[in-house]
Amino acid sequence: MKKPFNEKAFTLGLADCIRQASCELPDDIEKGLLDALAQEEEQSTAYAVLETITQNIVLAREKKRPLCQDTGLPTFYVSYPRYISPDVIKKCIENALVQATEEGYLRPNAVDPITAKNSGNNMGEGFPALNFNEWDKNDISVKCLLKGGGSENVSAQYSLPSIELSAGRDLQGVEACVIDAVMKAQGKGCAPGIIGVGIGGDRISGYEAAKKQLFRELGDHNEDPKLNDLEQTLLSKLNKLEIGPMGLGGKTTVLGVKIGKAHRLPASYFVSIAYMCWACRRKEYHFHLEDE
Amino acid sequence: MKYKKLQLPLSINDIHDLHIGDRVLLSGIIVTGRDMAHRWLVDEKPDVIRDVLHHGAIYHCGPIMLKEGDTWSCRAAGPTTSIREEPYLADVMKEYGIRCVIGKGGMGEKTAKALKDHKAVYLFAVGGAAAIYADTIESVEGVHQLDEFGVPEAMWVLKVKDFPVVVSMDCHGGSLHDEIKETSKLRLQSLI
Repeated sequence: MKKPFNEKAFTLGLADCIRQASCELPDDIEKGLLDALAQEEEQSTAYAVLETITQNIVLAREKKRPLCQDTGLPTFYVSYPRYISPDVIKKCIENALVQATEEGYLRPNAVDPITAKNSGNNMGEGFPALNFNEWDKNDISVKCLLKGGGSENVSAQYSLPSIELSAGRDLQGVEACVIDAVMKAQGKGCAPGIIGVGIGGDRISGYEAAKKQLFRELGDHNEDPKLNDLEQTLLSKLNKLEIGPMGLGGKTTVLGVKIGKAHRLPASYFVSIAYMCWACRRKEYHFHLEDE
Repeated sequence: MKYKKLQLPLSINDIHDLHIGDRVLLSGIIVTGRDMAHRWLVDEKPDVIRDVLHHGAIYHCGPIMLKEGDTWSCRAAGPTTSIREEPYLADVMKEYGIRCVIGKGGMGEKTAKALKDHKAVYLFAVGGAAAIYADTIESVEGVHQLDEFGVPEAMWVLKVKDFPVVVSMDCHGGSLHDEIKETSKLRLQSLI
């Protein structure tokens, strides 16, 4: 049964979702950071850093300020019923984004790489990033991710085998890539990070698989037992590196490791790593289509 | 651990007394500057910004700003990654007599040497903690290159009170970043 689409109500609700995504950290991430704080000695730099981070989370939520000034390349995954035009949804998302930018919830981040001109409203070529997926429900779901440039800069893609890492085309090889990426990132991705990993795919679908992992809750389990084991092993190993919060040393270097996969070509074996900063701003918006 | 309170601009003695690991609350004028600003300072050596930078602080930050009427306010102002300014910062420090560099992630050898040569410190702000830092801003005193660079890249002149930072590179050659990097390399050896 087709239901009418109230674009105005959808846009209003979505703008609110974007504001909340910018100001309110998801509960599981906040809990992860509080647990990390509890593990550190009070005199340590790690404690000071985590104390600032956790105070910032409370302040941002209470004062409705953005948690972090870098609101990234706003990224959306949309699921929609097939009788609604994705172009119409796209327009609504753009309107909501422009509004949230004008209100100071998002930084104008779209910069033309040739002229260096900032568009001023977060609109540009490939900006925002939109992904559409049809489904059978009479709902629209929009998953929103705000991921800063610092963490995007330390994300990485490896092609196995690698002589440098002594890594072959197997899960041990994957492990070597992830450890290398976190070592190279040190504190620059705003540790403690969440590590999204995509095994396989091509240059694009590999990163896609990695980035999608960032929507998973910290405490969840991977349905694939082998990947679940690898997630636990990597979480434990990475936290032994003592890179610590913001790379200033400490017991927590990553809050979570989440691994997905995509079918690869016989010739390729990519390991793609989407490093997410501690300010993992993700939020899902559900819009239920009502009868008239 | 106690915070040391410092008022900008800083004296040579202030700088001498700072060591890696020290926690500092900074008050006074700080100026934001990132990628485009550093290129501008190196290429054009503008005089318009000389006074506020002299013995002062440059903050690697691209804030979220809001204009209501004629007044700017700051919504969010956490640090950006400093290492991108490594090719330029030593020259900027020399040209403008900067005593504090505030950012995240630390800097390289060229800057480490400049900190020694020109008596300056690198102060670490916590990445992502943008609400905390914005809350220390008492007023927006001015802005340079807004039309040319856009909001994140413009040089915002901000008056702050008790802006919290940690000394992570000092004028004595100490670097918290180098220490951590070495530790993590050793830990990595034991994992393999």
